[in-house]
Amino acid sequence: MLDSFYDALKGERWTWYFEGLGKTLLISLGAITLGCILGIIVSLIKYTNKKYGKMKIPSYICDIYLAIFRGTPVYVQLLIMYLIVLVSVPSMWVAILTFGINSGAYVAEIIRGGLEGVDDGQLEAGNSLGLSNLQVLISIVLPQAIRRALPPFCNEFIALIKETSIVGTIGVLDLTKIAENIIAKTYDPFAPYIIIALMYLAVVLLLTYLLKLLERRLAKSDR
Amino acid sequence: MIDNAKTPILQVNNLHKSFGKLEVLKGVSIDIYKGDAIAIIGPSGCGKSTFLRCLNLLEQPSAGEILFENEYMFKNERVYLKRQLKKMKQAQKNGEEFNQEAFNALTAQYNELRTAEKEIEKSVAKNINLHRQKIGMVFQQFNLFPHLTVMKNITLAPVKLKKLTEEEAQAKAMELLKKVGLEDKADAYPATLSGGQKQRIAIARALAMEPDVMLFDEPTSALDPEMVGEVLKVMTELAQENMTMIVVTHEMGFAREVAERVIFMSEGVIKEENNPKDFFENPQDERLKDFLSKVL
Repeated sequence: MLDSFYDALKGERWTWYFEGLGKTLLISLGAITLGCILGIIVSLIKYTNKKYGKMKIPSYICDIYLAIFRGTPVYVQLLIMYLIVLVSVPSMWVAILTFGINSGAYVAEIIRGGLEGVDDGQLEAGNSLGLSNLQVLISIVLPQAIRRALPPFCNEFIALIKETSIVGTIGVLDLTKIAENIIAKTYDPFAPYIIIALMYLAVVLLLTYLLKLLERRLAKSDR
Repeated sequence: MIDNAKTPILQVNNLHKSFGKLEVLKGVSIDIYKGDAIAIIGPSGCGKSTFLRCLNLLEQPSAGEILFENEYMFKNERVYLKRQLKKMKQAQKNGEEFNQEAFNALTAQYNELRTAEKEIEKSVAKNINLHRQKIGMVFQQFNLFPHLTVMKNITLAPVKLKKLTEEEAQAKAMELLKKVGLEDKADAYPATLSGGQKQRIAIARALAMEPDVMLFDEPTSALDPEMVGEVLKVMTELAQENMTMIVVTHEMGFAREVAERVIFMSEGVIKEENNPKDFFENPQDERLKDFLSKVL
């Protein structure tokens, strides 16, 4: 067993894991950033349509986007993007774009849930003070919606990190692909897979801890 | 003061409101003058809350007129003409008597009214938030902003709407908190307050905009009985300071002692309106007599 770990880590090999982890985190962070931007835009369009009956057509387009990207496997989306849509784009960018657009669909639904969870009385109170709908949205609805959406949002981010383990398919040397490459040299799957599993786990546990801290800070207003 | 007393601050003419097929307001008319303290009572579902919510357009009326400080907040009379036109067309279809000339004249009248009313609607849409700044509202469920401290709840609107600077707003908020007896709660979050405290903060929040009228939508109905008094006390003080207020309430004591006029609403219309003494001691309307015999 120790031999397996020695082979998996010897020479420069141990540094490869960290390069792979770097790529995994880069894709995850890039994708969640893009996902946030898309998710906020889509959720606001759908919320506006629901509450004020405006933006019918953009809302319809959003529905199509949500149906497609939540209705097909992200693995298939990745292949279609890499082999059909973004043919001459570097695979790293393809990965970030695909996961970004995919998680945008999930983030949109998470934020929409947060927005719709805010009581109508809050909107009425804001309006009755003379605040415009936009001011009510920014100062009253969004802060409350974000707090509601934060736990499911962090779950989405954690799921996203783990889902990126398929990007080796399009040639990105992420953490999982690194392990496969090392196994191809040592013919011993034991140590590399255990090592990367522990690395994924460490990242997720760290994130979960940070989320707890954040939630505790935000929870100071409800007791 | 005397001049102000002559022109009503709020004029409501023949106000209707339907939710789908259900007609909740069936023609409510009332003039409200500066300094008036009006209590609206009536059985549940009689439309009193809906009426109040129409006054600052949280609810869009279906027909009628609302003027606030001599400016239109709402005007829709064309629906009546439209209904009439529809009826005439239906009659024509059924082969009944049909006067083409009258129909054309009515159509022209309708179109003219429609243009004028659309114009008003446009200007209302532009000014609605300015109107609402002058119409404070207090809700049954308080509707404080849970993510903000008491201080921020009060200063949010005046600062955002550039009525006051941050410092001025804070000074004003402290003054109002003192008035409602909660100056020690400035940094508390709403979730830590009792119902009565929440409602007093909600009143302070509405007052921070220095409104010309205050609307109270059953302000004590969600409170524990022992907390009703502290909220009514604040409201009584407001009335004594000559604040114009319209209060939908089930507190008969408040209606009797504080209000200058008491209104009884039932089935979507105002059934009786009188000074509190005559209202309670000598009610005319049968439905009101019945109502009072149950609640007093």
